[in-house]
Amino acid sequence: MSKASKIAFLNPLSKENPVIVQVLGICSALAVTTKLEPAFVMTLSVVAVLALSNVIISLIRKTIPTSIRIIVQLVVVAALVVMVDQVLKAYNYEVSKQLSVFIGLIITNCILMGRLEAFALNNGPWLSFLDGVGNGLGYGMILVIVAFFRELLGSGTLFGYQVVPDSWYEMGYMNNGMMILPPMALITVACIIWVHRSRNKELQEK
Amino acid sequence: MKSLKRKIDALKPHFEKGGKLEKLHSVYDGFYTFLFTPNETSSSGVHIHDANDSKRTMITVVIALIPCLLFGIYNIGYQHAMATGADMAFLQMIWYGLLKALPQIVVAYAVGLGIEFIAAQIRGHEIQEGFLVSGILIPMICPIDTPLWMIAVAVAFAVIFAKEVFGGTGYNFLNIALVTRAFLFFAYPSKMSGDGVFVSLGDAATVDAYSGATPLGQIASSTDGGVQLLNVAGEPLTFWDTFIGLIPGSWGETSTLFILVGAAILLLTGIASWRIMTSAVVGGLVMSAVAHYFATPLYPATLIDPVQQLCLGGFAFAVVFMATDPVTACRTNVGKYIYGFMIGVMAIVIRCYNTGYPEGAMLAVLLMNCFAPLIDYCVVEVNIRRRLARTKANV
Repeated sequence: MSKASKIAFLNPLSKENPVIVQVLGICSALAVTTKLEPAFVMTLSVVAVLALSNVIISLIRKTIPTSIRIIVQLVVVAALVVMVDQVLKAYNYEVSKQLSVFIGLIITNCILMGRLEAFALNNGPWLSFLDGVGNGLGYGMILVIVAFFRELLGSGTLFGYQVVPDSWYEMGYMNNGMMILPPMALITVACIIWVHRSRNKELQEK
Repeated sequence: MKSLKRKIDALKPHFEKGGKLEKLHSVYDGFYTFLFTPNETSSSGVHIHDANDSKRTMITVVIALIPCLLFGIYNIGYQHAMATGADMAFLQMIWYGLLKALPQIVVAYAVGLGIEFIAAQIRGHEIQEGFLVSGILIPMICPIDTPLWMIAVAVAFAVIFAKEVFGGTGYNFLNIALVTRAFLFFAYPSKMSGDGVFVSLGDAATVDAYSGATPLGQIASSTDGGVQLLNVAGEPLTFWDTFIGLIPGSWGETSTLFILVGAAILLLTGIASWRIMTSAVVGGLVMSAVAHYFATPLYPATLIDPVQQLCLGGFAFAVVFMATDPVTACRTNVGKYIYGFMIGVMAIVIRCYNTGYPEGAMLAVLLMNCFAPLIDYCVVEVNIRRRLARTKANV
């Protein structure tokens, strides 16, 4: 793998993470992270849409007139999102119900437009593909971490399986209802940012 | 005292620069200044010291809380005796209450101070005394049967996320004790509200007519439009019962009488702002009068008369001890009037018109905490504009 493709793929995972460094895509990070399963499916959907739309836009980047590029991008993304939505409905109806409107809202996810504008319009399809997968994974990584803590502390389960033993509940342990509420998603993201910034000192704002 | 001082002085070299325990010097300083007035003076410049430093301010608030604390401890035993029909003497009730209350206080202090000490060490700061008051307030605004580990978790959350991340004592924009309470309320609702948490039963059986609902809980769940309040043994409550505080509730905040004693101490010593207190009471009275004027069985809490409103729930306690927290309240005098008034109004609005929450004082104070800086900003800007206009007119 060349150096450029390494950067395109690895940078979004940490140094240029879309959620915790660029602070994009926060609304879906709040909405779909009460349970691990929807967060996981959301991650896959975003990776798929982001990688494919990046490739498509990159392929036609020289033919798109600049003045209407946003519309073209939206059409491509919207078509891909509808496809993902249909696939989910067909093969995983339960999760698609849980994710409800948020799959559709991938269209408005700032990460997508950001990557198309900033990367796919200026780079070849292979690099764009890596960039899409990298950013999707960077986003999904945070989603899964947040969902892990919210599901574990809020419901005592992981992927729907109970992991907190019954004996704890008998001793008086209770699930933390606040973890299910949106504020704790923000605070969990804040904790991740806290840890991340203290490990990467160059990212700290002066 | 002298021998204690000699012993502590003997430890000092260990904590000074180059000593074995140099890293823990802020812990040493914290304890030393807690016990004795340091005799070191400033080495440069002219300084004016007021004897009323933040340690003395905090201690005064704690002293003002003691009447409520003692009454709360007695009331725990009193409610227990009444709910179970047990024949208990006065001292037995106090002993029962003490055994229930003390662990909560110890846990709140241990966790909160522990985190403050660690944070001070990491930052290399002096240890601040900010938690002295919060630590005693937190147990007092919790139901008596709150599990200790929940208090520990909530205190840790509040101290870390509402205080230390903003820079420690004096930089928090939300009242720490109320953040703790709000965390408990939203995280563990079944242990924080309802009929089963406000009276400590132990393992004893209850009397037949027993109901553990607080007066505000009874009102919120009343469907027939009646507001005859009952005590835990099913007998009618008078206004004086609610004023003196022989009612179930978060254990430190039931007694309006002893809260008034605390308020008197705070006002006489000038620690708390009379502007905030009076305007909050006025706000509460005005709003409950308005609500009472438009009383409807749809919102049962509007049926209570205004003066009684102020004696129920956590209103009085929140106004006297929470709203006046100088760190989170408005700084400007005009701002204090607005801030206090809005706390009074919001507390009653939430209590009357949001049937999901029987009590609104906690949320009202937290909400106005968020608005306090904005209120101050507006007051200052208006003042600047007024004075600019005056200068222009004079030129």
